[in-house]
Amino acid sequence: MVASTTPFVEFNNVWLAYNDELLAKEQFAVEDINLEIQSGEFVAIVGPSGCGKSTFMKLTTGLRRPTRGLIRVNGEEVTGPLKISGMAFQASSLLPWRTTLDNVLLPLEIVEPHRSQFKAKKAEYEHRAIELLKRVGLGGYERQYPWQLSGGMQQRASICRALIHEPKMLLLDEPFGALDAFTREELWCILRDLWTEQRFNVILVTHDLRESVFLADTVYVMSKSPGRFIVKRDIDLPRPRDLELTYTSDFADVVHELRSHIGALRTGQPVPSSTLTPTPNARV
Amino acid sequence: MKWSKKLEASSPWILLVFTLLLWQGICSVFSVSEFIFPGPIKIAQELMQYSAIIAGHAWRTYWVTMAGFGLAIVVGVLLGFVIGSSRIAYTAVYPLMTAFNALPKAAFVPILVVWFGIGVGPAILTAFLISFFPIMVNIATGLATLEPELEDVLRVLGAKRWDVLIKVGLPRSLPYFYASLKVAITLAFVGTTVSEMTAANEGIGYLLISAGSSMRMGLAFAGLVVVGAMAMIMYELFSYVEKHTTAWAHQGSNNR
Repeated sequence: MVASTTPFVEFNNVWLAYNDELLAKEQFAVEDINLEIQSGEFVAIVGPSGCGKSTFMKLTTGLRRPTRGLIRVNGEEVTGPLKISGMAFQASSLLPWRTTLDNVLLPLEIVEPHRSQFKAKKAEYEHRAIELLKRVGLGGYERQYPWQLSGGMQQRASICRALIHEPKMLLLDEPFGALDAFTREELWCILRDLWTEQRFNVILVTHDLRESVFLADTVYVMSKSPGRFIVKRDIDLPRPRDLELTYTSDFADVVHELRSHIGALRTGQPVPSSTLTPTPNARV
Repeated sequence: MKWSKKLEASSPWILLVFTLLLWQGICSVFSVSEFIFPGPIKIAQELMQYSAIIAGHAWRTYWVTMAGFGLAIVVGVLLGFVIGSSRIAYTAVYPLMTAFNALPKAAFVPILVVWFGIGVGPAILTAFLISFFPIMVNIATGLATLEPELEDVLRVLGAKRWDVLIKVGLPRSLPYFYASLKVAITLAFVGTTVSEMTAANEGIGYLLISAGSSMRMGLAFAGLVVVGAMAMIMYELFSYVEKHTTAWAHQGSNNR
């Protein structure tokens, strides 16, 4: 991991208060965020409930402007929603009146330059969507409606929708939270494979520590509200990573370390010192 | 198993037949005067005897109601769209609309007669005025209750508010829309009939008044039956369209 290239995502002293009232009372949702994410990096963010992880996501995608500080993506300041990102949430939010295929195609009907070419290139786009659905194991389900799919299948379709316009950044807000353990592990592998192929940035917000350590290059731990990043952990485990890795002691050690941090946060105890970088300013 | 399903499907008809029998039974046993409360047999007789006349009035009521209802749909959807998509429009318009809707539309009829003369005008307008409100409210509700996550998914891609409304808001409002149509059509028939009773010389409303004033209760009831039947047929029609275009909203009930 070299720091000589310009970071893809840059947060400089970013603070966010939800509205003017809260700002006047100095009540922030997130405080003093400083971080750099390299192009193609897989980043996971963990932290207690309500700490501001989703707020961080909204700041990254431009859905919210920071109250203080600067956010840069791909060298340019973020002033509004970015078209180069795709998002998937815990609820798959597929439109129930559209088939799975039409749901996956939805971003192409909205984002330029695809939008103006949509009619002309419809066959090509449909082919792309079908291939993507096959990649995640939903081949043959294109004409089904969302309510005919299981939760795991809907979530896979939701991820396809987030990737159809070939974004440079994929933001996932606890996407596997509502799924059972086996489906979750399956989707981890699918996500890992898609990312390995296409190397877009991923910012994954999750509660699941194993998930974060398995998938990510770097894990950030966020404090209780108002959220600050208090720990940054580079995951040095070798790639490609297999599910078997999650049962090794190296893996368990890292998860354990992170868990002690979250545990300390939840009970309000001082964060235990370790070999981890305490402040996420300098890139190791 | 199959037998009980058939029983369930035919239960409304069974109940109807039973009610008619009971009704006729009461009228016959207690020798109720036909001028006061005619039995179903008498009503059926009047229906057949005056079928041409009743049909003429029924047709007039029908097309007048459809005209008013059509207007109600157009205005209801447009207004509903405006109110549902803009917070400020919602806050500004809603209280006035509720006040307007609380006014009994029957009271409008004399005013409408002064403006438009006796006949078709007031009937269409009364039907319109009484039935556009539920449509407007349901469309507005459908748009205003859009889940924020659905909106976020599109906004992240740079979608404008208009995109979100057209691609997500309107389709999502369709179940509410059809529900409101079912309510509004029955209201529209009420509006037309009320207007015809006061200010027309054609239509079922007129028939009711003139039959009532000449003590021909059988005929009056026959007119009522016809209006009720028309309203029910339209209701079932919209129900059918609803099931076939918004199947996605009903999947819960299909699995029973």
